[in-house]
Amino acid sequence: MIKFDNVSVSFPNKNGKIVHAVNDVSFEIEDGEILGIVGTSGAGKSTLLRTVNQLQLPTSGQTIVNGNDIGNLSGKELANVRHSIGMIFQQFNLISTKTVAQNVAFAMEIAGRSREEIKQRVPELLELVGLADRADVYPNTLSGGQKQRVGIARAVANNPKILLCDEATSALDPETTNDVLQLLKEINNKFGITIVLITHELDVVKKICQRVVVMNKGEVVEIGNVFDIFTNPQHEFTKTLLLHTFDLDLPKRFTQENSKPLVKIVYNGDKAEDAIVSNVVKQFAVDVNILHGKIEYINDRPFGILIVQLIGEQDEIYKSLNYLSKNTYRTEVINERN
Amino acid sequence: MNETNYSELVSNLLPAFGETLEMCGIALVLAIVLGIPIGVLSYLTSGCIVCKNKIINLLVNLILNIIMSTPFVILLVLLLPFTRLVIGTSIGPEAASVPLGIVAIAFYARLVESNLHGVDKGVIEASVAMGATWFQIVTNVLLPEAFSGMIRGLTVLAVTLVGYSAMAGIVGGGGVGDLAIRFGYYRYQTDIMIITVLLLIGLVQIIQTFGEKISKKVQK
Repeated sequence: MIKFDNVSVSFPNKNGKIVHAVNDVSFEIEDGEILGIVGTSGAGKSTLLRTVNQLQLPTSGQTIVNGNDIGNLSGKELANVRHSIGMIFQQFNLISTKTVAQNVAFAMEIAGRSREEIKQRVPELLELVGLADRADVYPNTLSGGQKQRVGIARAVANNPKILLCDEATSALDPETTNDVLQLLKEINNKFGITIVLITHELDVVKKICQRVVVMNKGEVVEIGNVFDIFTNPQHEFTKTLLLHTFDLDLPKRFTQENSKPLVKIVYNGDKAEDAIVSNVVKQFAVDVNILHGKIEYINDRPFGILIVQLIGEQDEIYKSLNYLSKNTYRTEVINERN
Repeated sequence: MNETNYSELVSNLLPAFGETLEMCGIALVLAIVLGIPIGVLSYLTSGCIVCKNKIINLLVNLILNIIMSTPFVILLVLLLPFTRLVIGTSIGPEAASVPLGIVAIAFYARLVESNLHGVDKGVIEASVAMGATWFQIVTNVLLPEAFSGMIRGLTVLAVTLVGYSAMAGIVGGGGVGDLAIRFGYYRYQTDIMIITVLLLIGLVQIIQTFGEKISKKVQK
């Protein structure tokens, strides 16, 4: 378990001004979960992550990993803890003068593994990340996605309990990002490694994280299940952050027209699987004109937004609105009506 | 009076060439053996990874700067007592190798240090995150990653040393450069000067080409 206990980090920037990168952050990360930390750049998420393996010392507060106060460790103890925490990076950070296999082997040499063990395990690790045939090439000849796979093989070489991902997919194209995320999920499933993932891409969080921490200006503004935060953000910052994900813009002529109600239906979870819209059409004398919509699956649970126009008699429209608000997560009329 | 005796020239040239190679060779070996560790020390103590130490860093830098800023001719003379202590004599190519070696060490230490600073910080950080000791980082990451640049540095150093070795004549070091000065310059034998200079140019060319080839070869 990783526990941040009132962690603050500040350091002088290039102009000598003190920057408070992380401000009094406290939360816990459970064993075996995939937790995402999101925020805009400069939110302090990377700095916070780096206190987990003492790449960064907290100015005050403690980062506790499996009972060890990381900030207090040094020498052999610190090295041992670091062997049990893997880390992957945005720029991959592979040693360019070592081959793929040597890069992975180096991680095991550092941890003091025997030659035989290394010889046996490196091919297994490369097999795991799908690069068995590239063992003897140098990183320069690999694509970004392949480099990150080597990074992952290296990071999990010593069977760590924790894997830290510092913007691990930010330098990759969407398709490669998916592959890498899939691999991370697989590793999490297979070995039960706790994965802490920082990113500015909400898509990444949506795809593999169970819980998410939203950071802004060095502080945690929101923490919770990915589904809850995505479908029902509480903090203003989270709402703005999410705005781009669920961006449903309609042409002005629809919102200005006020004779027909424009209804935004938000539905989630089990209700999303019921045929609510067609029920409305069947039960009431209205026509439903779907103008815009989006359905996302977060942790395999659907979350959708539909924007529809209801056409019919005032009375029937009222009844169908009533039905909708009872049977969906949220229903609101978004055009101005007189 | 100025007629050139070519057989005398050839009999002078060959040993002179040998002396140049000897002086530069010894200095290069010294630069590799001592310059690299000093360069690494200077890099490490500057606070890049693990063993930041301002005092040692200041001291190392001061010594390097003193050696590099003193004109070589002066250094040659200043080091005479030291040379006598080490070699037992202050005359001859071996004796000239001492000041040449000291300049080479300082020069190469600086080149190594600047090459180390060019190594991607992210790669070093990844090794720190894996729990590597500073020694593992130096031997497995820093030196291999900087290797290609260090070979290039060695080429620059070798070329510079060939030039410096010409001044070794002052302490009787000999060498091709010395020959050029003694025969070509002091005795107004222009043809000898030209021949010796051409020889030096050829030597430098060979070093440069060879160095670049190796440097390219080790680059991954």
